[in-house]
Amino acid sequence: MGIITPGFSGRPRSGDADLPPGQYLTRDFPVLSAGPTPRIDLDEWQFEVVTEAGGRRTWSWTDLLALPRAEVTVDLHCVTGWSKLGTTWTGVSLDTLLADIESAADFALVHSYGGYTTNLPVADLLDGQAWVAFEYEGEDLDPEHGGPARLLVPHLYLWKSAKWVRGLTLLLEDEPGFWESVGYHNYGDPWREQRYWDE
Amino acid sequence: MNRRVGTVTAVRDETRTARTLVLDVPDWPGHLPGQHVDLRLTAADGYSATRSYSIASASDGTRVEVTVELVPDGEVSPYLTGQITVGTPLELRGPLGGWFVWRPGAPEPVQLVGGGSGLVPLMAMLRTRERTRAPAPFRLLCSARDPGSLLYAEELGRLTDPHVGDHPRLTVAWTRTAPDGEERPPGRVDAALVSEVTWPADREPTCYVCGPTGFVETIADLLVAAGHDPARIRTERFGPTGGARP
Repeated sequence: MGIITPGFSGRPRSGDADLPPGQYLTRDFPVLSAGPTPRIDLDEWQFEVVTEAGGRRTWSWTDLLALPRAEVTVDLHCVTGWSKLGTTWTGVSLDTLLADIESAADFALVHSYGGYTTNLPVADLLDGQAWVAFEYEGEDLDPEHGGPARLLVPHLYLWKSAKWVRGLTLLLEDEPGFWESVGYHNYGDPWREQRYWDE
Repeated sequence: MNRRVGTVTAVRDETRTARTLVLDVPDWPGHLPGQHVDLRLTAADGYSATRSYSIASASDGTRVEVTVELVPDGEVSPYLTGQITVGTPLELRGPLGGWFVWRPGAPEPVQLVGGGSGLVPLMAMLRTRERTRAPAPFRLLCSARDPGSLLYAEELGRLTDPHVGDHPRLTVAWTRTAPDGEERPPGRVDAALVSEVTWPADREPTCYVCGPTGFVETIADLLVAAGHDPARIRTERFGPTGGARP
């Protein structure tokens, strides 16, 4: 937790678990992908961060598992309309992965095995909002749900939580990813129902 | 990721709705004018909110100034322009951004165009030019509602004093109420004003345009129509990240 800002209270918080507008509750875990499920050998798996200056930092699977992990319980909201509440994941926080990276970048382009990309502001990856997740409900993450590891950014629509994640490029200028280039909203906040370009 | 903690050492009201916070950031690495910081505020129950603010000051040791405009329904700006007191620690990330920046060594002319509090990062550029005695010729066109809402009015007057040889030329478009003696009637920036007071395209200036989204779109279109190469027009719109969260 951060340093308390004396006198700051922020917006009123509501404790209820209402769904974002236009979403319905599901207890399944539907699978939606833009292409075939890639199979990745853990001996060859790596996660790489490239900065705007061209600096590179790479983690092997062993490196990743050696980092402090977090268990988080979060709600998932898919742009196709379903929401799944109270899902539990284990992973490494992006705060941990990016802690020592020297960068002035405001934007990140996320890359996946298989060629998928998605973009989001760096601010949305920090402060306990994003993880590289490798366990779901206590089990290794299935390939169809993004295993061995996927990005988890649950406050945005689920297409931002790139499956089969393999790295980030930190950018000074925003660059649209795969869905963002073909009509999906650049930011994708489910609470503001930012599904498509015109919203 | 450039995380630091600054302390508010002074506050300065710039207008009825805008306040400058002077921060001391002990490990500040210096910045380029045009860069911004993300301030993170945390309530007693752990809830936190992060917002981006342009840096207003020229790079100067550990001193960093940001100017915050009150957003009436905002979550963070009422606190930063109201309750915050000297001595308050603030978590921040920065300096951030690398496109909307001016490097004092760049020789080409610079055209600044700011709407409302879009003047803030442009002020950092003017202050840096003055501080470094950079030779690049500057012109500034800004848009303000009325004389009471123009940020940094007194300092702007000094930095753009027409009696000093190479000072930047300042033009203000008053959108509601113009001061006494102003020839141009109140109104928005238009093509005629752009052609009259900004650098002609054949001088190949770098243009920095900052303000609300609608203002930036309009000005960028006017500059392109006036013959400026789009590649030399750099823009910054308010709300660089996702904006308000639930």
